[in-house]
Amino acid sequence: MKKNNFKKKTLKEILMANNILKFIKENRRLDGRGFLDYRDLRIETGVIKKAYGSARVELGDTIVIVGVQFELGTPFPDSPDKGILLTEGEVLPTASFSAEAGPPSEEEIEISRVVDRSIRESEMVDLSKLVIKPGESVLKMFIDFNIFNDDGNIIDAAVIGVVSALLTGEMPDPEYVKEHLEELPPNNLTSVPRIPIPTQDFPIANTIALIDNKFIVDPTFAEEMVSEARITITHTVNNEICAIQLIQGGLGYEQVFEVLNISLDKSIEIRNRIRELLGLGGD
Amino acid sequence: MSSKKGKKKSSDEEKKEEFIRIDGRKPDEMRPYKIRAHILRNADGSAEIRLGGNWIIAAVYGPKEHFPKFEISQDKAILNCRYHMTPYSTTERKSPKPSRREIELSKVIKNALEQAVVLEEFPEMSIDVYMEVAQAEGSTRVASVTAAAVALADAGIPMRDLVVGCSAGKVNGHIILDVGEEEDKEGEADLPIAIMPNLRKVVLLQMDGKLTHEEFKEAFDLALKGAMELYEEQVRALTSILKDMEVIEEGVKDEKE
Repeated sequence: MKKNNFKKKTLKEILMANNILKFIKENRRLDGRGFLDYRDLRIETGVIKKAYGSARVELGDTIVIVGVQFELGTPFPDSPDKGILLTEGEVLPTASFSAEAGPPSEEEIEISRVVDRSIRESEMVDLSKLVIKPGESVLKMFIDFNIFNDDGNIIDAAVIGVVSALLTGEMPDPEYVKEHLEELPPNNLTSVPRIPIPTQDFPIANTIALIDNKFIVDPTFAEEMVSEARITITHTVNNEICAIQLIQGGLGYEQVFEVLNISLDKSIEIRNRIRELLGLGGD
Repeated sequence: MSSKKGKKKSSDEEKKEEFIRIDGRKPDEMRPYKIRAHILRNADGSAEIRLGGNWIIAAVYGPKEHFPKFEISQDKAILNCRYHMTPYSTTERKSPKPSRREIELSKVIKNALEQAVVLEEFPEMSIDVYMEVAQAEGSTRVASVTAAAVALADAGIPMRDLVVGCSAGKVNGHIILDVGEEEDKEGEADLPIAIMPNLRKVVLLQMDGKLTHEEFKEAFDLALKGAMELYEEQVRALTSILKDMEVIEEGVKDEKE
């Protein structure tokens, strides 16, 4: 997952990078998109039968799979009446020529933490509904995402995958667990009846790259390699900002507000696209 | 040592000032701060910052030959950054092993400093920047980047501008400057930023919590104001070592009249 590493760029990538700059200067993009257009989005949910919620997302050639799982756990002492939510992700060695197996790189850790913040800070999952016995027993929710093919903009694709898995997923009914706690086999919730995951928000992350002083959304892998700056902004369903991460480079003061406005528009657009693809009504 | 005031009050500001923060500060008030440059004899450059209860020591080694050789960059120096919290810096002991949080913060701080350091001057070399948090009390990342920039300047490394950081946040519905430890835990949002003050560029920008676009603008402007205040302190710390290289221990003479 090391990017911007000259030594690791292949000849193909260098030629591509030169072309990208040439095209952007002419107000075009290599794949024919407008600067503020996303690539085609495809979502399939329920793809992992053993998970409580799952999704496979294709954003152009970027492929993410997300799985949601549950375990019994004890709540954190400072929040006895809340369940536990953990979002983590990895870029698999299948993802690109520069992805490597082994301990996560700093870029991977950053991606993982930005996706986690997008979900956590939006309070998408109502963690108070994951409680079995306050202070004693709660559901612990694991959201894991993996990048199988990296053609850029991993964070946006991962957040789309996570929200799709959560909106269509289920969880063990905490009421049932409470009543049958003694009878349940340890750490096995498979026999527990399921209810929908209690969601109360719909966060969308939008990544914007600056190339030749122009802003583009949904950058590809090659576009990321030549970008001067890159920033991810997550909006809640109420159009509040709930996470920002300047991933690379710097922005002028006025440019900060420019990207905020672009990302707000795009968040609304992508949220509607997901609703359509998942067959959910607007709210 | 403390932030300076001297502003006119609009009715809007008067309303804001009714809110007194957990440590008695006004919404737009920084904690007391002090930066000292050139505090470690062995390092090529060094600095420390105290911001409220935060105490961070930064050291720079290099430019030096980079190892391992296969990682060498032909066109510019490699900047290595480590933001690290000592085990005793927090109430509950922190494992000395770098956490995922520390790895992420090292990465965003590296990006911020890379924008300022003229790395092209030192191809095939590396520059190491270490930030050790001796005591943490909220907003350590922006204090660390502020100290690291002073340490880089102290090392005589060419820079396009200094880098200075400050945070803003939201607590009980109020936008506040320089987020303290309790405020970070209890508050609704945290917005750490770092800027290059003369080039007017944002080089570190993170946010978590919830802010409307209007609140973001207010918080961003407040954080900029705080950063400009700390920038003056950076310059003071650096000019004082130029004025009198002998007085390393004493640091600075008070410029207050």
